[in-house]
Amino acid sequence: MKFWQKSLVAAALTAATLAQAAEVNVYSGRQEELLKPMLDQFSKDTGIKVNLITGKPDELISRMQSEGRNSPADLLISTDVGRLYRAEVQGLLQPIDSKVLTDAIPAHLRDPKQQWFGLTKRARPIMYVPGKVKPEQLSSIEDLADPKWKGKICVRSSDNIYNQSMVAALIAQIGEEKTQAWANGFVKNFAQPPKGGDRDQIKAAAAGVCDIAIANTYYLGGMFDEAGDKAAAEAVKVFWPNQQDRGAHINISGAGVAKYAPNKAEAIKLLEYMVKPESQSWYAVTNHEYPVVADVKWSQRLESFGQFKAEQVQLSTLGELNAKAIQVMDKAGWK
Amino acid sequence: MTSPLFSRTTTLFALLLAVPVLVVLGSLLTPQPELWAHLLDTVLADYVRNSLLLALGVGLCSAAIGTLMAWTVARYQFIGRAVVQWLLLLPMAVPAYIMAYSYTGLLDFAGPVQSQLRLWFDWSYGDYYFPEIRSLPGAILMLSLVLYPYVYMLARTAFRQQSGSLLEASRTLGYTPRQHFWKVALPVARPAILTGAALAMMEALADYGTVQYFGVTTFTTGIFRTWFGMGNQLGAAQLSALLCSFVLLLLYLEQWSRRKLKFYQQGQKQQEPSRQSIHGLAGFTLLLLCLLPVMFGFLLPALQLVGWAVERLDQFWSVDFMQLLLNSFSLAALTALVTASLALCFAYAKRLSGHWSLVLPVRLAAMGYALPGTVIAIGVMIPLAALDNSIDLWAEQQFGIRTGLLLSGTLVALVLAYTVRFMAVALHSVEAGLMQITPSMDNAARSLGESPVGVLKRVHLPLLKASVLSALLLVFVDVLKELPATLLLRPFNFNTLSVRSYELASDERLADAALPALAIVLIGLIPVILLSRALDSSNRGAQ
Repeated sequence: MKFWQKSLVAAALTAATLAQAAEVNVYSGRQEELLKPMLDQFSKDTGIKVNLITGKPDELISRMQSEGRNSPADLLISTDVGRLYRAEVQGLLQPIDSKVLTDAIPAHLRDPKQQWFGLTKRARPIMYVPGKVKPEQLSSIEDLADPKWKGKICVRSSDNIYNQSMVAALIAQIGEEKTQAWANGFVKNFAQPPKGGDRDQIKAAAAGVCDIAIANTYYLGGMFDEAGDKAAAEAVKVFWPNQQDRGAHINISGAGVAKYAPNKAEAIKLLEYMVKPESQSWYAVTNHEYPVVADVKWSQRLESFGQFKAEQVQLSTLGELNAKAIQVMDKAGWK
Repeated sequence: MTSPLFSRTTTLFALLLAVPVLVVLGSLLTPQPELWAHLLDTVLADYVRNSLLLALGVGLCSAAIGTLMAWTVARYQFIGRAVVQWLLLLPMAVPAYIMAYSYTGLLDFAGPVQSQLRLWFDWSYGDYYFPEIRSLPGAILMLSLVLYPYVYMLARTAFRQQSGSLLEASRTLGYTPRQHFWKVALPVARPAILTGAALAMMEALADYGTVQYFGVTTFTTGIFRTWFGMGNQLGAAQLSALLCSFVLLLLYLEQWSRRKLKFYQQGQKQQEPSRQSIHGLAGFTLLLLCLLPVMFGFLLPALQLVGWAVERLDQFWSVDFMQLLLNSFSLAALTALVTASLALCFAYAKRLSGHWSLVLPVRLAAMGYALPGTVIAIGVMIPLAALDNSIDLWAEQQFGIRTGLLLSGTLVALVLAYTVRFMAVALHSVEAGLMQITPSMDNAARSLGESPVGVLKRVHLPLLKASVLSALLLVFVDVLKELPATLLLRPFNFNTLSVRSYELASDERLADAALPALAIVLIGLIPVILLSRALDSSNRGAQ
């Protein structure tokens, strides 16, 4: 290459770098609707521009992996802990030393190596139809494998990550053997072959197909906001299982800073912004998710579902056990 | 007879498009015995059974509906025919997973139909039988309703292009119209019908949204599960390779079935046989018959979407929404142009040379259609990023400059993925068109002193217009609806209608998803109408 060619390339590249103001690139498994307003607010408050791609977390992880050291990603956001764990294992994240984050987020909701941080809690309780089921009859998730619930339970397919994490959490806490036995019994109690989403399970319960539905609370919360689904939402009640022992199953949405982040400082700023009380309560109000930060006020809807004791299992183990969970569900014949 | 430069360039392009498929096939070289032992023990039999039944069911249903409709519209003159013949194309604008969502909303136990029935007859759960929509037959129905237009479009053109002399010949043999259909018209149109059915089957095999929502476990759901759930990308790619082999078999069968059917319309094109007029009640019945697929494949789901969307209409005029419209439209139009042009080159190169060194890469390039979009996207992303990274490394070593990612994360990657994914659609359409042109026409034109390019321009292109237009339209509509590859490869801050509608729908916010879904359907209508007109005029022109 001749000298003038070299200088041309160099000039073009310098121009490209100079044109960049402060910005941060976000790869998000959380969909645009449930993130953008907060990011806009962040830009307004800090002057940092946010570039966003949304997609399935696993695909975003693959993308980061193949982009390698040239990846533009600064922050990876995921709606599930398993994915964050996977990104960490593949060496795509870096440890972040931030007092703001470690002070705000309880230890079991973040990575021991500080590579990812929980931003909201997502709870998966039992929902029942009052009149058909008395709350006294309910106790734990394990109890749902009892033959007395035969033909009474609605739950979505084992393809779903919420179910996979729920089973992984069981394996982590009661062991694989017991979980397998539980899954075998639980599957026999299904009212219908698993299909549809979480809302569909609630609707099926409301319509009389089953007495019990397993679903995340923010689906129920969202149904109250929509005219067509409101009646079904009102037909069920939330029961928090395992309150006498380990607590109800929860998962998190969270985020980590990319290993090759070109805008690391900005990415950390954004992470810290997300655990501010205002941001935390925004999640609670817009999507009925539980704040990870203590003392943040819940929305009225969340209050109406009641207080509960949550599992304290170290969330990173759920990621490790995800594949095992699927094998357990396959063997139990959970479609 | 063919210029070596053209042939070589085409081979190069075909190889380029075959790279993603080769990346997938390459995964077979690293065995995953543990995973396969688990799959064999538990779910693999279900995957194979369900995938085969789904493909077979969709193939049969869409062939039956498509052929019946094409024959009715091509051969009979009845009240409303002119409108119905393009109304019948409408269902292809509806994404299959949107169909699945809206039909579930309608027919589910908790939906309006069953609720009303229970109210009327005072039934409760378990008192009555109602077919379950979220099942394998349900999935076959959903997919057939949106995929039959592939058969319809190709079969209609084929029926129309059968010369009037064919009909006269069978009359002189004393065939009744029914015998003419079964013994003459249908066999002659068979390549077109089989091509359409093969496309529908491939689309069904690659479907993810519908089967996943309906809880039908197929290869596609298995691929996602193995990859994302178990974190085994190699295993997922191996499942994809197996799926690929299904499709190879399908393509081979289709090829084989028309091996003996290498006939061309002989002599100059005769006048299209006039349509038989059907009046009165019989004509009205035909109209109703033709409206059935339109009603179930378009009207009902669209009405359901409208019902959901009216509450959200205020979003329609937002700047953001207009941007989505523009993004989706231009992306689809650009890809349609690129794909159709390449398909034309491939089809010609194959016609001219037929050598395996060309045919094989083209075959491979056309297999992308059967692979789930995500698998294609990964197949595009891995080599592209590797290329970018090595350029970056090279530039750094040579000049101390980092170039970063030049192609990954740009629209180039996205268009490339779409082209790989939808090449088969365009190619099949163009090839079906080329079948109609006799080699003697080429020879005649050449003997009159035309160059090969001249033959292409003055003889073939006018005759191919309809097929190329179908290729353009099919790819356009497919890109509009495409989801997984778009999700994975799009640049920063770039969204499309399908991404928006899917994100909302997958979060079970159907009402919010309805408006972008409806917009996909509406934009999809524009080319459907344009094409229908063009087909009509090119047909008239040929007479």
